[in-house]
Amino acid sequence: MLTALHKNARAQLLIGLLIGIGFGFFLQKGGVTSYDVIVGQLLLQDFTVVKLMLSAVIVGMIGFYFLKGKEMALIHCKNVTLGSVVIGGLIFGAGFAVLGYCPGTVAGAVGQGWLDALVGGVLGMVVGAGAFARLYPRLVGGILARGEFDIRTIPEVLRVNEWVVVAVFVVLMLAVLYLLEVLGL
Amino acid sequence: MVLEYLTAPLWSPYLAGVGVGVMAVLSFLLADRPLGCSTAFVKTSGMVEVAVRGEGVKEHPYYRKYVPQVDGSWMIVVGIVIGAFLSAMLSGVFALAWVPPLWGETFGYDPVVRVLVALAGGFLLGFGARWAGGCTSGHGISGTLQLSVNSIIAAAFFFIGGIATAMAIYGVPF
Repeated sequence: MLTALHKNARAQLLIGLLIGIGFGFFLQKGGVTSYDVIVGQLLLQDFTVVKLMLSAVIVGMIGFYFLKGKEMALIHCKNVTLGSVVIGGLIFGAGFAVLGYCPGTVAGAVGQGWLDALVGGVLGMVVGAGAFARLYPRLVGGILARGEFDIRTIPEVLRVNEWVVVAVFVVLMLAVLYLLEVLGL
Repeated sequence: MVLEYLTAPLWSPYLAGVGVGVMAVLSFLLADRPLGCSTAFVKTSGMVEVAVRGEGVKEHPYYRKYVPQVDGSWMIVVGIVIGAFLSAMLSGVFALAWVPPLWGETFGYDPVVRVLVALAGGFLLGFGARWAGGCTSGHGISGTLQLSVNSIIAAAFFFIGGIATAMAIYGVPF
């Protein structure tokens, strides 16, 4: 673990900026900073978003579990809480389709020159996130805590070697990508 | 060869995805944090509130959890804007515009209508991301790659809600 680096607040600002620059660069080059590509995905006509996300997860999963094995990275997962992810997920999904960007790609869209992303998307998100913060004290003990299960990661639940699960997931994700190519999607 | 890649208008989504995956791994290694974007927006709303209503805002329970300050996770979003700008400039596709083509063909090219709908969408997105505890990058990529069950469920519901809403707006395309 690079603990000293993690605690260096000034270095973390630079690391955040540099990782963000790389992230934004790849999002733009991948085409997902466009409204048409995102909405095309949600209408199941353009699978660019799924292809990009699954490739990122495949590479990220192998890299992360490699680092974890070397004790260079820690798991950052919460328990399953259905009241949070199901309801929040559906609200997010509605916003995803109405705006046509997500929180990362909206920033990328701004960098590419989309003014609807800047004036509408970013402003709306800041107000929406602020509204949630206001409501949080009333939600935290109630709906947000509903349906909580003591379940974090799949290898922990199955009690098997994590590399077995990683291998199964990588093969499944590659199969989905292969199928998309075969179907010409 | 390298220059050809940098100036290409579009990469294969697989290649771009590999790049995003590397950034997610670097975030765990260098920042001990999943790569995510939505906390930056609530930190911004907190910073605006602090500027308007004073330091007392920081005592609010949610802002004690997500301290309204410029930190590494906030800089990610600044970086995304810069990175996408660099990419778009290198490929010569940077252009200021208000109305995306698909939207314009369907609902017309009035920027006011598009911005009002984008504001509503942004509100739902910001609200929903905080309710779900993450977004398409935090849950969808960083959580899923850790094999987090919570994040996999969240990602599924992002798309269920997104697909249902998109088809309600544009109609079922098949």
